[in-house]
Amino acid sequence: MTTTAPAPTTARAAGSWRGFGRLLRTETAVWLRDFAAPFFGILFPTVILLGVGLAIPGMRDPITDAPPDSVWYGLTPVATYLPTVLAMAVGTASLTVMPVTIATYREKGVLRRLSTTPMRPQGIVVAHLVINAVTTVVGAALALVVGQLVFGFVAPEQLGVVVLSFVLGMAAMFTLGMLVAAVAPRASAANAIAMSLYFPMLLLAGLWTPGPIMPEVLRQIGQFTPLGAAAQSMTTAWFEQGFPLLQLVVMAVWSAVALPVAIRLFRWS
Amino acid sequence: MAQPIVEVRNLRKTYGDKVAVDDVSFAVEPGEIFGILGPNGAGKTTTVETLAGLRHADGGTVRVLGIDTQRNPGAVRDHLGVQLQEAALHDKITVGEALRLFAAFYDDPADPGELLELLDLTPHAGVQFARLSGGQRQRLSIALALVGNPRVAILDELTTGLDPQARRSTWDLVERVRDTGVTILLVTHFMDEAERLCDRLVVIDGGRVVAEGTPAGLIDGLESERTVVVRFAPDEAARARGVLDALAARHPDVLRVDDAGAATEVAVTGTRRVLFAVVPALAEADLVPEDVRTVTKSLEDVFLAVTGRQYDPQATDTEQLEGARS
Ligand SMILES: Nc1ncnc2c1ncn2[C@@H]1O[C@H](COP(=O)(O)OP(=O)(O)OP(=O)(O)O)[C@@H](O)[C@H]1O
Ligand SMILES: [Mg+2]
Repeated sequence: MTTTAPAPTTARAAGSWRGFGRLLRTETAVWLRDFAAPFFGILFPTVILLGVGLAIPGMRDPITDAPPDSVWYGLTPVATYLPTVLAMAVGTASLTVMPVTIATYREKGVLRRLSTTPMRPQGIVVAHLVINAVTTVVGAALALVVGQLVFGFVAPEQLGVVVLSFVLGMAAMFTLGMLVAAVAPRASAANAIAMSLYFPMLLLAGLWTPGPIMPEVLRQIGQFTPLGAAAQSMTTAWFEQGFPLLQLVVMAVWSAVALPVAIRLFRWS
Repeated sequence: MAQPIVEVRNLRKTYGDKVAVDDVSFAVEPGEIFGILGPNGAGKTTTVETLAGLRHADGGTVRVLGIDTQRNPGAVRDHLGVQLQEAALHDKITVGEALRLFAAFYDDPADPGELLELLDLTPHAGVQFARLSGGQRQRLSIALALVGNPRVAILDELTTGLDPQARRSTWDLVERVRDTGVTILLVTHFMDEAERLCDRLVVIDGGRVVAEGTPAGLIDGLESERTVVVRFAPDEAARARGVLDALAARHPDVLRVDDAGAATEVAVTGTRRVLFAVVPALAEADLVPEDVRTVTKSLEDVFLAVTGRQYDPQATDTEQLEGARS
């Protein structure tokens, strides 16, 4: 034996992002093979919007029992449902799809396997954030387009604030999803935690009682939750004049608090 | 003497108050297949995962290619291939996709097509992970460990769960990989696998190295005891056992008489001259053996000699801990 063992030339402190493009492409291709995840992320909001608008009687009749000077007067109930549907698009991908995917990868040792390569295991987490964020946007856009074609909606009063609310809602919900992914030891636990958050959040986002018909107590509680705040601030921005400051701050605070906690608690194996 | 390519010194690792690795040291030379052998729970996986920088050591140093992998694990990733004992892939990723994906992470990857060929995976390139057989998964796992063109590859329990045919072809494969210049750290709880493949090895038990050397050297180093197994006709076996027991009690070359599995077989252990003592005794009693064979020593006897216990690859953790304490 005469060979010596010189130190490798490429010394990287903690892994690299080389190959991230390939990782994102492969993860997307593989993820599309799972029927349920793309379906829920992309089609679910549209399906709910169509179901509510077409199946429930009176959803397409203009509201006439509100005071004539109220912003709701003359709107269709299905239109007031729109912010809720957009919030649901955010909640579904961030809370029901992404954490379970990440927890499954941890449970199966995929994250650990990745740690042995030069790719940082964070790469796969970021890939799934990207995939689910894109799904959310596509799902929301599809619901908007289909809803517009089928029901016809009024244009938002404050488009910029609607977009801001949607983006902050995504930030808050995806950090919450990361928190679930961080603490759930297995995929089944991730699913259980996610579901026990998802349904109360849908309630607070107005799935059963959208915009104008939400009981005051639900509205009061909802404004402090990420998804409730998202639905409320989108409702305000779409139909009303005021600036939903409290709700926007609530979403920003959720993101700012949950993100470092999630990063801190995250386990790779 | 070349500088070792892998070096572990006084490694210690505990999980809470459970000692997984107590004190393990060894050095691997470039180009060899180095074995880490031991029963379940001995601390083999913990040792190599700490070596790969995947777990934090509580004490000692670990170096791969001269780099301290506890301080700077990222620096060896490009040159260290790891096949983990417990790691899967996404159910729906195909063999070809997985190889191309992992290849993309490395500075100077191997050609995924050539690796598929080397591992007999070309016909399965389009098959999803969930549909692969155990042997195909293991081969893919080895391919993924090699796709970065590593200088050192750690293979942890690569034939567990494989049928004998698949095990043998995996062994051939490991030798072929070594012949391409990769230094291999082979973790196994199979004595025969270690004996067949390893140039040198350490035997780990209860988190400590209990033996170290070449397989042949370890076996040769045993006390020069010999064992002869003699088979008798069923109606004579009991009488034969009596004669041999009496022989053991009086003859200096015969140390003990044991059961040898079948009821008609008796195992006689003694000095190198044990056969010379057994044959006249049987002749005198007119006991004609159906069969006589000498037992070759193996690493199992090495394990018995250094630990005082029979090698039981499935030994439970509590037994392991007691082994570590005593
Ligand atoms: N993450 C962990 N937490 C707590 N204990 C652990 C952990 N990993 C391993 N152990 C314990 O440490 C000891 C050594 O485990 P290790 O996996 O290193 O053994 P091994 O020699 O690889 O065994 P096997 O042949 O079963 O793979 C065992 O008793 C095991 O139960
Ligand atoms: Mg192990």
